[in-house]
Amino acid sequence: MSADALDGRDHLLNIQNLHISFFTPAGEVKAVNGVSYTLRKGEVLGIVGESGSGKSVSVTALMKLLAYPGRVVDGSIWFDGKDILVQPSREMQKIRGKDISMIFQDPMTSLNPVYTIGNQLIETIRRHSAMSNSAARQRGIEMLSLVGINNPARRMRQYPHALSGGMRQRVMIAMALSCSPKLLIADEPTTSLDVTIQAQILALMKKMRQETGTAIMLITHDLGIVTELCDRVMIMYAGKIVESGSVEDIYYRTSHPYTKGLLDCLPQNSEERAPLRPIEGNPVDLLDLPKGCGFASRCDKCMKICLRETPPDFLVGDGHVSSCWLHTVQNGQDGRGNHHGNG
Amino acid sequence: MLKYVSIRVISAVVTLFIVITATFFLMFLVPGGPFLSERVNQQTIDLMNRKYGLDKPLYVQYGNYLKNMLKGDLGVSYKRRGYTITEIILEKFPVSARMGGLAILTALIISVPLGILAAYKRNTPVDRVIMIISTFGMSLPSFIISVTLLYILGMWLKVLPTIGLQTPQNYIMPVIALALNPTCYIIRLMRSSMLDIQGQDYLKTARAKGLPEILVLFKHALKNAVIPVITYLGPMTTAVLTGSFVIEKIFSIPGLGKYFIDSISGRDYPMIMGTTIFFAAILIAANLIVDILYSVMDPRIQY
Repeated sequence: MSADALDGRDHLLNIQNLHISFFTPAGEVKAVNGVSYTLRKGEVLGIVGESGSGKSVSVTALMKLLAYPGRVVDGSIWFDGKDILVQPSREMQKIRGKDISMIFQDPMTSLNPVYTIGNQLIETIRRHSAMSNSAARQRGIEMLSLVGINNPARRMRQYPHALSGGMRQRVMIAMALSCSPKLLIADEPTTSLDVTIQAQILALMKKMRQETGTAIMLITHDLGIVTELCDRVMIMYAGKIVESGSVEDIYYRTSHPYTKGLLDCLPQNSEERAPLRPIEGNPVDLLDLPKGCGFASRCDKCMKICLRETPPDFLVGDGHVSSCWLHTVQNGQDGRGNHHGNG
Repeated sequence: MLKYVSIRVISAVVTLFIVITATFFLMFLVPGGPFLSERVNQQTIDLMNRKYGLDKPLYVQYGNYLKNMLKGDLGVSYKRRGYTITEIILEKFPVSARMGGLAILTALIISVPLGILAAYKRNTPVDRVIMIISTFGMSLPSFIISVTLLYILGMWLKVLPTIGLQTPQNYIMPVIALALNPTCYIIRLMRSSMLDIQGQDYLKTARAKGLPEILVLFKHALKNAVIPVITYLGPMTTAVLTGSFVIEKIFSIPGLGKYFIDSISGRDYPMIMGTTIFFAAILIAANLIVDILYSVMDPRIQY
């Protein structure tokens, strides 16, 4: 038990050593390999990683909505004093939508096309409260105007196809926040939206966070969004957290080669047109994880030990953790002394 | 919507006219005549032909038929003497329709939940058993089902009456025989269309909202997945409502089904025309209702 796990009292969420695998005919796909992190009340945590890094899977697991054949193989998830992994499905149904709610990447498909906005909003509200239909409708209308939808009473009667993508994402946010959840999981909430709408939705999420004090987990592959919204950032690669820290840590005191690579991928806003720098190579095969560091084959600073042994987490600053063998080299053997158990 | 329905009604009239014309001329292309099996001499046959206007040129007969039909007169039966076609249809159709309606209801009540269950439990033994049974049931011809039921339940166990429709128990076997094929077909349709929408985001949303699985499936998934089933319901309802020749024959049910076949083999021309027009009209109406149901089920479909 590390210090982190012990002072779990003010932690809303405490995930330790989470392993998730998908048992496919081709073999065990190890999507998440030993992820540990905590989230405080009202905190905004960004999870960044490329496709297949396990970022969505790890949050789906905490809703207990992993699709077959996915399974939590090891680890623990504590949310608000409850051990999520042992909750029966009836209990989970009470937690979902009430204590933890979720918005998804594509607002065009995440609302049911054959029911009105009102129907879907009221359904959520009444599921988790004893409100009457008309009270729930009133609450729905309030939520819609709160997220900046004009003429909310009329919108309640409309079907999703009558609304634009940005509007639908606002509806999703209204729905997600309608029961005042303690945690909002936003799985790439702006990825499929126009840039201008993206900015609006981010501003809205910022505003909602200030007004409701909801903790947010923001999953994205866009580092720009992270700076907008997050207190803390976790960078994931091959089902592991490779670096985590404050936004400043990640941007200005970048430690892990993968994070550096990600930052280098961002187009630079300078006079001179520099060519974009992609990270060479392909993501690891989750069916057959390499020994040692998952990023080793794509890393330009790869050493012999990287191919042999998995790097432990190194505390490189206050609350800034990086999982890379380079730190032993940089700090001499002292680097090992900073070894930090859980990150 | 109103405009759409009126266009559809006009096109239905045109379709019916084409059906009538095609049936009328095709019918006379078939060799033989209505009175050949009567064992009477040629003179009598000529007299009968003159009486029913069958001696006139075909185009005159066609014109007369259309004229009478517009007046609501579908003619008289050559075989069931003394009855007009309208009388026969009005007498027999309710018998077939009552049985068919029960069969459709039974089929839907059984097949929709089973299809959803099979999809929900896909690739498990539950799914496999449902699929094997439904494939088997779909490929059984109705006469095999009827005879098997008759033999087991009627003759061997003697638990159900075998002839006619006098008591409610009489309905059980013919309704099973009528419903089995559509039931099995809808199970498969329902399963595959539920599987098609399995990965949809709005189901993920519904689950993330904390809805129990039963609501996710029967509220959020079903209404999206039911369109292919509705499509099939149009022709299926028509076929089942208008009666099955085989099943009515086996269970000695005085329905409309037998007239479809008997009228053709007996060259009962007005009866052929009557049953065909009736069938076509019901089919067209059923399809229109299906199209309207689409827009009820899916608000994105607008006419």
